Amino acid sequence: MAEPIVRYQDVHKSFGDVEVLKGIDLDIFPAEKVAIIGPSGSGKTTIIRMLMTLEEPTSGDIIVDGTNLWKMEKNGRMTEANEKHLRSVRGDIGMVFQHFNLFPHMTILENCMTAPIRVKGEDKQEVEQRSIEMLERVGLGDKIHNYPSQLSGGQKQRVAMARALVMRPKIMLFDEVTSALDPELVGEVLEVIRDIAKNDDMAMVLVTHEMDFALDIADKVLFLDEGVIAEQGSASDVIEHSQNERLQEFLSRFRG
Amino acid sequence: MNPITDIAPQLFRGFGTTVTILIASAIFSYIMAFIAGLCRLSKNTFLRKFTGLYIEIFRGTSLIVQLFWLYYAIPILFDIDLPSNWIIGVIAIGLNYGAYLSEVVRGSILSIAPGQSEAATALNMSSFQRMRFVIFPQAIRMMMPEFGNYTIQMLKGTALVSLIGLRDVFYYGDIMRSTNLAHAPLIYVVVLIFYFILALPLIFLTRKAESIAKKGVAN
Repeated sequence: MAEPIVRYQDVHKSFGDVEVLKGIDLDIFPAEKVAIIGPSGSGKTTIIRMLMTLEEPTSGDIIVDGTNLWKMEKNGRMTEANEKHLRSVRGDIGMVFQHFNLFPHMTILENCMTAPIRVKGEDKQEVEQRSIEMLERVGLGDKIHNYPSQLSGGQKQRVAMARALVMRPKIMLFDEVTSALDPELVGEVLEVIRDIAKNDDMAMVLVTHEMDFALDIADKVLFLDEGVIAEQGSASDVIEHSQNERLQEFLSRFRG
Repeated sequence: MNPITDIAPQLFRGFGTTVTILIASAIFSYIMAFIAGLCRLSKNTFLRKFTGLYIEIFRGTSLIVQLFWLYYAIPILFDIDLPSNWIIGVIAIGLNYGAYLSEVVRGSILSIAPGQSEAATALNMSSFQRMRFVIFPQAIRMMMPEFGNYTIQMLKGTALVSLIGLRDVFYYGDIMRSTNLAHAPLIYVVVLIFYFILALPLIFLTRKAESIAKKGVAN
């Protein structure tokens, strides 16, 4: 089996006195689709936010493509990572947020183009063409000069995905991307994720409450409960054969 | 006494001083506002505290006392020659309003939703790039109406420079009043109209800024 592209080693995270994650060990392989499920407040989002460098782990290591994300070697000793180090490692990671977080002062085309040009220093024409193709792919080719405020929630989220994809990440993180949407807009966003999962070979980590969808596209499902990975395996293993009572109880709430 | 043929031409002699003082102190206060506003957000504790001291001193004391301090006290204390009165007026007004405006700068930057900065981080922007491309362009929009309001106030504040011997619109109005006491009401009405006409473009710009600020910001 290939080397994992991301490896969590005994990762802990506390907010104040509250320990949210109590020792996470996790391997994510290239092109693997991982779904993280579990009750609210179990720390699902924190797991991927640490990988995106939005939260710093309290202890433990996160290794991305062989490099320690939050620590760096300096004069032969491991020290806390500085911004330069974080930037050099997180370039391969992209993220889509629950509340879209589009830049409201830019058109949706500019939303997609700014980072590849300014951060990666890519050629403007090339980036523009790629951005338009990506926006067409998510079904918004006719809106490229609109501002985010002129779009529906589902459209905004599809722009957010195009914006992340234009950066050509090796790992894409999805943080409850349909939770803030009206029910009738959820489908269009899931369709795009399904399309990405089928046709792109990047690793994907989805934190989601869309249980059926997650089980459908995921190679691996993690059940997070009270800060630990209580269960992990293929979708069918976790859903059908798990003896974990908390998981059964959690799943039963989605089956009505 | 005819307001148009007698009073207005006299007041107009001070027009240049009022306008140049306003423009120069506005520019100076904007620069101070951005420097101090960003310093207040710095990670450096000394910088933050030091700027905080500047802001509280200049917000907490009166402009006219600050003006007199610069004009009368500083030369004695430090045994230095005064630059021109014009420069002293600009420095006093600029420092005073810069202190107020720096809080506008700071508040606007802080009011941008944290998700904006997070999205920029997810696109691997550096902290400078996040500020330059994402936070600042949005914060500027939010600042503009307040900058307009304070600039209108600054225009009115410029009348104080007549007290350190500068010949602005108010100075000439006051001179006329002292020689034509009976005409004081009319003279001051024309002075008010003068300031109002000067403020009109600023009022218009502030309205415009408000409508721009309403769209295109996430919070």
